Amino acid sequence: MSQPADDATHLKKTPLHGLHGALGAKMAPFAGYDMPIQYPMGVLKEHLHTRQKAGLFDVSHMGQATLVGPDHATTASVLETLVPGEVLKLAPGRQRYTVLLNESGGIIDDLMVARAPGADGRIGLVVNAACKEKDYGVIENALTDGVRLERHDERALLALQGPAAATVLERLAPEASKMKFMDVARVSIDGVEAGVTRSGYTGEDGFEISVHENDADRLARLLLDDADVAPIGLGARDSLRLEAGLCLYGHDLNEKTSPVEGAIRFAIGKRRREEGGFPGADRILRELSEGPSRVLVGIAPEGRAPAREGAEIQSTDGKTIGAVTSGGFGPTVGHPVAMGYVAADHGAPGARIHLMVRGKALPAEVVTTPFAPHRYFRG
Amino acid sequence: MTVLYTKDHEWVRAEGDAYVVGISTHAAEQLGDVVFVELPEVGKAFSQGDDMAVVESVKAASDVYAPISGEIVEVNSAIVDEPAKVNEDPAGAAWFVKIKATNPDEISALMDEAAYKEFAEAS
Repeated sequence: MSQPADDATHLKKTPLHGLHGALGAKMAPFAGYDMPIQYPMGVLKEHLHTRQKAGLFDVSHMGQATLVGPDHATTASVLETLVPGEVLKLAPGRQRYTVLLNESGGIIDDLMVARAPGADGRIGLVVNAACKEKDYGVIENALTDGVRLERHDERALLALQGPAAATVLERLAPEASKMKFMDVARVSIDGVEAGVTRSGYTGEDGFEISVHENDADRLARLLLDDADVAPIGLGARDSLRLEAGLCLYGHDLNEKTSPVEGAIRFAIGKRRREEGGFPGADRILRELSEGPSRVLVGIAPEGRAPAREGAEIQSTDGKTIGAVTSGGFGPTVGHPVAMGYVAADHGAPGARIHLMVRGKALPAEVVTTPFAPHRYFRG
Repeated sequence: MTVLYTKDHEWVRAEGDAYVVGISTHAAEQLGDVVFVELPEVGKAFSQGDDMAVVESVKAASDVYAPISGEIVEVNSAIVDEPAKVNEDPAGAAWFVKIKATNPDEISALMDEAAYKEFAEAS
């Protein structure tokens, strides 16, 4: 049996590192951090527990920052030079998903953009751990007079996800129950001041909770005290987001893929499609009107063999038409699931394709995502 | 009955004129929940160390290597139908294949239980 090697030297630790040890987590390097991959429950049961009850994830490795300007319009205008999302009209108390673009319309990173209520001119950002330094550099280069980037390296981020997440959080913070999907609020959770969004990366209802690093351990233990809540590692986080059809940066999206190719058109605002004015707008607006040459699709392999990242995708007559970018077994759906880029003429749901796994062509079908239905709370 | 182990975490034990092969309990624990098993065809011949089977957990795919050279005389299709058996009883019911050895001397180089235990704990 082959086993992957680990290198635990020079890794950063999140404020919950001690708790992971106490919970018996299996740790591994991820984006420069020593992170919990799984707990004694194991990836499969952690995945199912999150879909059935609630899972608590340490996502403190993610980059948290705030773009600070004199008023919303000024701050939003700076951000809109970097992203195709609608930021100007983002309402107070709302959050949105968008992407940082390079001049070729490729994706530098995907990120969440939040406008906290009652904080005019401040726009909160959550970016991928591995992209933090790159992203902050790009943003700082775009700053204009009076707008600055505040890093929140002192903050931890916890995600509480699953159908029981709302009732669990309500017991500690009743006002959280008023929030709807993609709402943003400042909430006191048993005396801990938190920035809360009703969103996540599992396809389930849930919250992401930003707190000062000194409060993270106490809050995590408080949430884990609830019988419905189990700690969930990055292994299940990946299988959950894949079943939900959510992209993983560095795998499904990268500096060469555009948001149109990546099938995340919702990251591009309606007004922005008319006005342009974001990096790579030429390419992106052209792809929007003419269609991209390749597209990210959901893939359902027919047999039981998972197709992993890197597996070649062929047409049924044996021509190379793309590659799998994420793939594995979907514990909720009970069969393998994958995403990958295919030539646009093979991108329609129902298209028959072959996945090359260990030299064999495995039949598969292009399908719509999510594989497991989203269960967001829209009120 | 003596069970011997490879450094790649396969186990081997003699049964009649063949050898039964599986993956160690340690390996099954490290893999986590097994969701897919691919076994070779009966009659196929392998040299010691060849990729012989595939076992996949939610997380990753791993190769299972032939612990000794020989020909596959039987495979355990029960673990193909129910991969979770590999986690339940890796040392027993969830054996992978039976091999007719072409070079039985290779057996002598494998680790016994105590040596493997020490090896697995150190790795």
